[in-house]
Amino acid sequence: MIEWGVWLDLARHGLAGAMMLAGACFMLIGSIGVLRLPDFYARIHAAGITDTLATIFLLGGMIVESGLTQTSAKLALVGMLLFLTSPTATHAVANAAHKAGLKPRLGTIAPPHPRDREDG
Amino acid sequence: MIFFISLLITLSMALILARLLRGPQLYDRVLAVNSFGTKTVLFLCLFSFLINRPDGVDIAILYALMNFIGTIAVLKFFRYRSLDIALSDMAPREYAAGEDK
Amino acid sequence: MRYIGVRYIIALIIVLVTLWLVLSGYFNKPLLLWLGSASVIFTIILTIRMRIIDNESVPYFNLFRMVPYLVWLVVEIWKSTIIISATILRPDMVLTPRLIRVKTLPSSGFGRALFANSITLTPGTVSIDLDDDEVIVHTLLKEMTNRGDFAEMARRCAIAAGEKEPAF
Repeated sequence: MIEWGVWLDLARHGLAGAMMLAGACFMLIGSIGVLRLPDFYARIHAAGITDTLATIFLLGGMIVESGLTQTSAKLALVGMLLFLTSPTATHAVANAAHKAGLKPRLGTIAPPHPRDREDG
Repeated sequence: MIFFISLLITLSMALILARLLRGPQLYDRVLAVNSFGTKTVLFLCLFSFLINRPDGVDIAILYALMNFIGTIAVLKFFRYRSLDIALSDMAPREYAAGEDK
Repeated sequence: MRYIGVRYIIALIIVLVTLWLVLSGYFNKPLLLWLGSASVIFTIILTIRMRIIDNESVPYFNLFRMVPYLVWLVVEIWKSTIIISATILRPDMVLTPRLIRVKTLPSSGFGRALFANSITLTPGTVSIDLDDDEVIVHTLLKEMTNRGDFAEMARRCAIAAGEKEPAF
């Protein structure tokens, strides 16, 4: 009987670790995107990855890790707050830039062909 | 494991700080600060697991709220050049209270 | 005197009591329970005095319709996050940003707010302006400018907001 509990606990911690690792990886990808993308309106999309999937995975992993306790309820509250506030904040930033007259770069943005580069 | 994940989050916070210092526009910086705040909230949650004291999650809740209010306040200030402005002067249209458009 | 829905007040009391108990975690300290009930009563009096008790400030009756929508939304977020991540991580990154107007909107205020927030939550699309009859959306890749997808999302938002017959 004790064996089952041990295995279940192990699986729970493994699942929690995998979810948190996935969330941290998505967060890193979002940060790289914020640093790498060429335009303000494009960077918003990269920041959106951090706000959504990374949050879901990290908080989900922490909830699985802590089990049915008060901490997991608080973590769920944190997730709800982030889910309510982050799209509003993102929309506020984008709308302020749009109203201030910042023009997005449209069309196709591609890296220059190797033969057009100086060292190519 | 949790320590490694905290390191990854710290790395992405450093990358966001680079954008915050470089960002050519004001809005890039506001976006970076907002994103940094979200990462800080998640880092605080993880940190309370790391030091094994669940009280840190309460601080994370507070930080999530303050991050949102701070972002909105900065944007409002740079749009109207003042924080002391009435709601009726801000909105392009006025809605009567409780009226569902 | 406007009509104040009693069911909204009851729902608000239940939510506030639950919030206090979850955040404090003490069930056997009479002082904390008294302070909690005082705060809840004070909040209820304030909200009644401010006359903001309506379906918009107490949206908990939409909660059961929201759950299937949220599940669908998380799946959509997962799909588009994979696409955006692959785009960001490619060394030769090719972006095709577009600015499009979406005309298909839910008719209620709650449905519109839900629709605009869902667009922003999905990586790859950000709603940058909301008008009376259209949303201006910035998309990162031209694969995400499909009108049918936006109409599908608007239809689901309208259903989640409790509208009887979506117009599309």
